[in-house]
Amino acid sequence: MSASANGRPQRAPRRAAKSSKPNPLAGIVNWADERTGLAAMSKTQIRKVFPDHWSFMLGEIALWSFVVLLITGTFLTLWFHPSSAEVTYHGSYDQLRGVKMSDAYASTLHISFDIRGGLLLRQIHHWAANLFIAAMFVHMMRIFFTGAFRKPREINWMIGMTLLMLGILEGFAGYSLPDDLLSGTGLRIADGLVRSIPVVGTYLEFFMFGGQFPGDEIISRLYAVHILLIPGLLVALIGAHMLLLVYQKHTQWPGPGRTNDNVVGYPMLPVYAAKAGGFFFTVFGVSALLGGIMQINPIWMYGPYDPSKVTADSQPDWYMGVPEGLLRAMPGIETHVGGFTISWNVFIPGVVAPGLLFTVMLLYPFLEGWITGDRREHHLLQRPRNAPTRTAFMAAMITLFGVLWAEGGNDVLALVFHLSLNDITWVARFAIFIGPAIAFWVTRRWCISLQRQTHTELLHGYESGVLMRSPEGGYAEKHLPLPIERAYTMTANDRDHVLPMPTEEDENGVANRKVALMRLRARLSRFWYGSAIQKPTREEVEEAHAHAAHELEIHEDGHQHLSEGEYEGDYEYDGTPADGHQYDGRHGIDESKLRQD
Amino acid sequence: MTIERPGRPPGDEPEQRHDGVPDGQVVSVAGDPFPDPGLPAHEPRPTDVDEHAGRRAERQVATLFGLSSVFAILWVVVYFAVDLKGNTATLFGAGAQNLLLGVCLAGALLCIGVGAILWARKLMSDVEIVEHRHAISSSEEDREVALGEFDQGVRDSGIARRPLIRNSLLGAMATLGLPAIVVLRDLGPLPGDVLEFTVWKKGVRVVNDVAGNPIKPADMEIGQLVNAEPELFFETDANGEPLFEGTKLLQAKAKAAVILVRMKPEDIQAPKGRENWGINGILCYSKICTHVGCPISLWEQQTHQLLCPCHQSTFALGDGGKVVFGPANRPLPQLPLMIDKDGYIAARSDFHEPVGPSFWERG
Amino acid sequence: MRFLTARLSAKRRSPLAGLMVLLLGLLLTGGVYAAFSPASASTPSAANQDLIAKGRQLFLVGCASCHGQHGEGIVTSATTEYGPPLIGVGAAAVDFQVGTGRMPLARPGMQAPEKKQLYTPDEIRALAAYVASLGPGPAIPAKAKYDTSDAGNHEVVRGGQLFLTNCTACHNFAASGGALPHGRYAPALAGVTKKHIYEALITGPQQMPVFSDNVLKPQQKRDIIAYLKSIESEPSYGGSKLGYLGPVSEGLFGWLVGIGLCVGFAVWIASHSVRSSKKGAKS
Repeated sequence: MSASANGRPQRAPRRAAKSSKPNPLAGIVNWADERTGLAAMSKTQIRKVFPDHWSFMLGEIALWSFVVLLITGTFLTLWFHPSSAEVTYHGSYDQLRGVKMSDAYASTLHISFDIRGGLLLRQIHHWAANLFIAAMFVHMMRIFFTGAFRKPREINWMIGMTLLMLGILEGFAGYSLPDDLLSGTGLRIADGLVRSIPVVGTYLEFFMFGGQFPGDEIISRLYAVHILLIPGLLVALIGAHMLLLVYQKHTQWPGPGRTNDNVVGYPMLPVYAAKAGGFFFTVFGVSALLGGIMQINPIWMYGPYDPSKVTADSQPDWYMGVPEGLLRAMPGIETHVGGFTISWNVFIPGVVAPGLLFTVMLLYPFLEGWITGDRREHHLLQRPRNAPTRTAFMAAMITLFGVLWAEGGNDVLALVFHLSLNDITWVARFAIFIGPAIAFWVTRRWCISLQRQTHTELLHGYESGVLMRSPEGGYAEKHLPLPIERAYTMTANDRDHVLPMPTEEDENGVANRKVALMRLRARLSRFWYGSAIQKPTREEVEEAHAHAAHELEIHEDGHQHLSEGEYEGDYEYDGTPADGHQYDGRHGIDESKLRQD
Repeated sequence: MTIERPGRPPGDEPEQRHDGVPDGQVVSVAGDPFPDPGLPAHEPRPTDVDEHAGRRAERQVATLFGLSSVFAILWVVVYFAVDLKGNTATLFGAGAQNLLLGVCLAGALLCIGVGAILWARKLMSDVEIVEHRHAISSSEEDREVALGEFDQGVRDSGIARRPLIRNSLLGAMATLGLPAIVVLRDLGPLPGDVLEFTVWKKGVRVVNDVAGNPIKPADMEIGQLVNAEPELFFETDANGEPLFEGTKLLQAKAKAAVILVRMKPEDIQAPKGRENWGINGILCYSKICTHVGCPISLWEQQTHQLLCPCHQSTFALGDGGKVVFGPANRPLPQLPLMIDKDGYIAARSDFHEPVGPSFWERG
Repeated sequence: MRFLTARLSAKRRSPLAGLMVLLLGLLLTGGVYAAFSPASASTPSAANQDLIAKGRQLFLVGCASCHGQHGEGIVTSATTEYGPPLIGVGAAAVDFQVGTGRMPLARPGMQAPEKKQLYTPDEIRALAAYVASLGPGPAIPAKAKYDTSDAGNHEVVRGGQLFLTNCTACHNFAASGGALPHGRYAPALAGVTKKHIYEALITGPQQMPVFSDNVLKPQQKRDIIAYLKSIESEPSYGGSKLGYLGPVSEGLFGWLVGIGLCVGFAVWIASHSVRSSKKGAKS
């Protein structure tokens, strides 16, 4: 608690840190710095500023659950055997004793029933995996909705999308390892997807499984992928993700004193070290709590994998919901041409559509940048309402994912809610197209309405809740002007610029060769900004306020005049009665604090 | 001001924004309706102004950290004291050890986490600090210099002047990719035609799964379903070793698993040429879904439909196994049946088409 | 008589008692078989004759409106079955359908749900005797057929393998039920009595296929029942079962509880802490 109590914003905290007393750490720092020269970099990074907002911590959930995965995963490798070799189970779980199974499955049972705390570690690992991917999704949505992927952060967006894809693959590889009935069924479906690829499908399948499904190679190969290849890539990409974050500095919400050129918040040491460190323990604690009280993937109930067995409610983990839902909703179409078969019913939902969705999301910042023609640097976040089309696009994507997730679990929905799974599938087949379109349209209109609401508040004030009676006996609600901080925050966004239609030739008469493309772009730009509401100009605001003051003057005669102290309730806030005189100069408006907080 | 970038298209006017505003100073920008009022003054917390509140917060944090140690020790106690095996140790119907270990670990971790966060919120300085952003890009000179250095390096190497070196190096690099790809060749055998065949052949008995008992037609009642396998899976060779075991068994099973069903003969519309593939209403179909290969045995004895639990492809077994719903395209392959000399149900041949999911060469 | 054996087997103390029960069970099996076997349906004893007459009365009141005056079934003008014929379904089917409350059905619908049974055990016996007299069909299994009290771990393990092969595709890995086409479903098996499981296997109620004794031997059925009862009484080792519905419910809870808690903590971490206002500290 050094120089904090004076209540003044600090400009140059680094100066203050220089102490006159000899620092006990000096010896170590000297030793390290003489060998690494880290002090020059550390001096700017130790007190690096991070802005404070709950939505900025969503990525941290993913980061910390990844650390939890590394820790628990390392423990699990101590006992897990990634082997398809057939063994006879002799462990503690009664219902499977004497059954022939793969060593992988037997060792997973061993971890669950003969290693104390082993089941807990397994369950924490699995829950943390669910958290990891879910947090990446939520984090990605936050970035998207606030426009934080815009220049200069496009690379970090792409790294993030790659992390998400790798995380999903890592999850699939992970839950395929125990070789229980469910994971084997998942591999069987993966086998079907690979096999559906035209021309090379069967070759890829045989190379992947080391022969015919299921073979005896897949588990050890997936193990290498799961504990070495993908985690290595994840660590490297997370490193790059964080380095770019540190270099570019975090985005922030606009507000008084928070501009595109600064970042306002708390220093890395001590506040963020404590908050982020505390958050790591919290995320780990939540994972441990889930692992302790909620059972996940009870592999002993599924039994060892056998290609002739299957269970009802066979599902992948939730993050495979998109291909799973597509696979279920796709009508059975196959083409037989010239002695060859193309299984569109598997290839499209299993390979093409997920790849396409991923590519669109990966390249999204460039798509939007091209449409808007915006090449400025953005460090201030946008309110979702101020980018109606983008917000609507994400709402459509979320709807699509929701429909596919629901369709991917149609049998469970049918069972739990007493529905017909055929009906669910038929609804999903249409909802995949109609749902996102409706969501897009509704969200866009909703955003524009919210913009309009903001616009009205800026011009005519917010609804104070105070009803005034006019001399004629009519009642009207008083609107009070927004506090300046709020008004500034709500207008700190940029104005939209619709790209102009290109001309056939430029002013020198040279034909514009890309005119068709540019025309498309201009049209898209017009669609993009659509009927979005622009923030008012200074003149509009002044005129509106003058108008309000004028109206007050008209009613001056019949107006209530309350002397100070006559009110009990709202009066308490600021010592000013809410009499509607805030516009006519009787007392200032700065102190008005009715219901805006 | 925005940082000027080379290459901005003309006509793409940047929004004029302010920059370098000293904090707390009101500045207005053309076009913006409201000036930036600057950072609000810092308001102290109770712990900043009240020594008593500060000490209380300190005690709260320390208590949480202390509690964490208690939970960690409890964890160790549970580890040694609570039985893992058997059904003896349960709590609320759950395994007691997992539950208690999980709760203790969660307690230990959450206490540290919540304590650290409380510490940061209540006791550490909460004065907001302003850090100015630097330009993300390097300066124009730096960029020129870097490009110049790069050009100099390239010139020094002579790679542009000596295309022979450049091209042969590129060629060598590309060729080096060959071993890297070719070494993957032995990841697995080539598919060949193994996907076209199963272990079924004339005279192989259809036996029920797990037990391996052969089945006589009279054993089957109307509406009966048998999850069946070829008898080969239960046979042993001359040395008493099973013919199929381990991976070989699983690979064979993944194609040869079948279901045997019996329905009223009048409910069956056998496709042309398959009229005599069944025995008195007993039909045998591949158990492997033609969609992506899940084993299917979810048979409705009244509708004669078979539902795949993975993606809900539905096959009408009374109607040649044709698809009536879901993503599968091809009907379920049928296995022709006969009665062997001992009166048991047996296969008359292998399947007449490849079983399981479609693939390119399938035709 | 069945109640007597049940009590005996519950209180047995020595292997000899077990033997006694076995002998008694065998005797009973013979007796029940003699009473209800198809062969005896044509030559009923006097006591049985009374039972059948009583069953006939009950049948006319409660069942005939759908299944016809003589159990011949009623076919609607659209040639769909309003109530299926009961000739040849056997006593076991009656005992299962009426004993689990599925029959009488409130109205003809998709699938008869399990509900509170409406008839007393005596009435069910009478109804079963009447329907059995209509034509040969599976008899109510004797207790020895489904009694699993002497099943050891070996039997349970074998039952588990049979269960995973024959049952999980519809009833799910933990017997918590599964969906069938067009709103039909395979019910959850927790709490179903051993006798009713056995009867369902041999009669194939509704869409369930038949698993006759000749293919799935009585011993194997007993193993399946033993396995079902063993997982029913086993604790959920890893905590709350989440409905035993597989990864769908796990994903749902991961989002609701896991992400919910973490985001809740994030909101708390970033929230503005209490300020000391001008008018004095509020805390």
